Amino acid sequence: MAKVTLVEAITLAHNWEMSHDPDVLVLGQDVGRNGGVFRATQGLQEKFGNQRVIDTPLAEGMIAGLCVGMAAQGLKPVAEIQFMGFIYPAMDQIVNHMTRLRNRTRGRLTCPVVIRTPHGGGIHSPEHHSESVESMFCHIPGLRVVCPSSPARAYGLLLAAIREPDPVLFLEPVRIYRYARQEVEDNGQALPLDVCYVLREGTDCTIVTWGAMTVESLKAAEELARQGISAEVIDLATISPIDAETILDSVARTGRLVIVHEAARNVGVGAEIAAIVAEHGLYDLEAPIQRVTGYDTIVPLARLEHDYAPSVARIVAAVRATLS
Amino acid sequence: MSTAAQFDIQYRQYLDPEGRFLPEVDPATLPEFTRDPAELLKMYRMMVLVRAFDTKAINLQRTGKLGTYPPAAGHEAAQVGAAAALHAEDVIAPVYREIGTQMWRGVRMVEILRYWGGDEAGNDFVNTRHDFPWCVPIATQTLHAAGAALAFKIRNQPRCALAYIGDGGTSEGTFYEAMNVAGVLKLPVIFYVVNNRWAISTPLCQQTAAQTLAQKGIAAGIPGIQVDGNDILAVRHVLEQALARARHGEGPTVVEALTYRLSDHTTADDASRYRSASEVEQGWAVEPMKRMRAFLQHLNLWDEAQEVAYRQECNLLIEEGVNEYFATTKPPVTAMFDHLYANPPKRLLDQRDEAVQLSGAKSLHG
Repeated sequence: MAKVTLVEAITLAHNWEMSHDPDVLVLGQDVGRNGGVFRATQGLQEKFGNQRVIDTPLAEGMIAGLCVGMAAQGLKPVAEIQFMGFIYPAMDQIVNHMTRLRNRTRGRLTCPVVIRTPHGGGIHSPEHHSESVESMFCHIPGLRVVCPSSPARAYGLLLAAIREPDPVLFLEPVRIYRYARQEVEDNGQALPLDVCYVLREGTDCTIVTWGAMTVESLKAAEELARQGISAEVIDLATISPIDAETILDSVARTGRLVIVHEAARNVGVGAEIAAIVAEHGLYDLEAPIQRVTGYDTIVPLARLEHDYAPSVARIVAAVRATLS
Repeated sequence: MSTAAQFDIQYRQYLDPEGRFLPEVDPATLPEFTRDPAELLKMYRMMVLVRAFDTKAINLQRTGKLGTYPPAAGHEAAQVGAAAALHAEDVIAPVYREIGTQMWRGVRMVEILRYWGGDEAGNDFVNTRHDFPWCVPIATQTLHAAGAALAFKIRNQPRCALAYIGDGGTSEGTFYEAMNVAGVLKLPVIFYVVNNRWAISTPLCQQTAAQTLAQKGIAAGIPGIQVDGNDILAVRHVLEQALARARHGEGPTVVEALTYRLSDHTTADDASRYRSASEVEQGWAVEPMKRMRAFLQHLNLWDEAQEVAYRQECNLLIEEGVNEYFATTKPPVTAMFDHLYANPPKRLLDQRDEAVQLSGAKSLHG
């Protein structure tokens, strides 16, 4: 078993699935010879050839549209959009076609497509390279939105996403692409989609988060533990559809909920989670729900980016507020 | 200074509006199908059926039995000619007006009516399983055809994809992206621009400053050719040549068919608001059915009696299709939930239960 980073786990998952399913192919800008700007597809073109790892021209809408056409013919494209801030030209194809084709043909044509894209900031990137706009995509019927929080989760969830018969937007938290190494058994074992993962059990407050913010949230839980507060940390993992049961069960035990996400607060995924708990778990709550999120501002450039994203201190303060 | 590159766009037409070969055309040099009575009659008969069905569909809409419908009148040669050029195993990515191609390929009248009557089930074509469904967002289908063509290429299948697009659609960025990638990857795809002169109320002169739409492929490194879209012989031949190129690995072609939208954009449109009666009259003077019929009559392959008898046959076929459509029922409320995911999420299933309960309650209380 090898110790790998999150981005290496992504490569391993591609490699496994391409080795075992001849219909899986990779396309995107710079994914072939260059192995992707983050090296997520490193070595794949060498191994599988340029018919299965395709360097495309530069047009995100084109990449998504090609995926629709290929998938309708039974291929399983895994496309890389280089940064989430560049995904908007692809939205037309995602919203109008990729997620609708199964429904509008009554299952005659389907779109088993994965669109992978880096997610969030924190690595001193240029403008438009630090976006976390998952809520825009969670509103789209027919689309799954998935975000791993560790190498093992990245490996298992990406395999599941590629095997899913419907489109999946796979968000890769850049901040933790190389944050830590973890032992990942390269055995082709997928992890289930549509469920949350409890990263740390606790009794006083539930923290729901995803992606890179799981790291901050776990650090906050450590700090809270030192202060005598037991926080449960839940990794949402599949951001849409939300696994309401796991969250509601946890809140029923802890009575308190803090939602942490990097994205802006207004109509963020946190609002949906809060609404679910308000609809189905209001009487379990002993304190108002707290949200720790990016501000409703444009993601600032590098010098302010750490003031934008939720910090350990902000998460700790929010949890303490639910207990005060 | 020297010339860095030079291009030209050829125009192809064989028949004049009276159905006679143009003086410069030597019929002996034309492909076999132009001399094959069975093929010629098959094409003409489909044009007649399509026009009759189109008229019926408009009537159904006017009498409240069909939703908004986009008439095809005037496009019969462009659509049927394309269908005749394609192989069954090829794939089309239509816009929303291509019933002439679809009916030739086996899309059933009940499917067409069911879709425009408000049921997605109409897109579940029983005979053309690989063809894309109607595409309402403009130009997006060009990429689906390119994607399908990429799949054919990867799998080494001798198949082609044909994307329809209108004159208005050629202003969309997506069209350029599709041509560009098809050019660079040498995809077996045809971008078939059916230029009917009007994008709802926008005439071609307000759509582009380009002399032709066929030339829009030039910047993508794709050859372009213009054809008289009311001349079914020229349409079929030009597309057969483009498809043969594509099938032999020589890449995509942009084919622009010049025709005229004889009807409104859709049944919700009133074209008299923005174009003159005299212009429409000119359109009728060069329309494709008359031309093909005259051609067949010159060859003694068709006469008035055959026309009358065949039109009756069409009416019976259409009546059958319409009755089949009338026999379809409103889909169950579950239909909007059941085809969204292979593995539906629990939250969706909860909403499905809610909708079932509400629809049950509604049927109980009227």
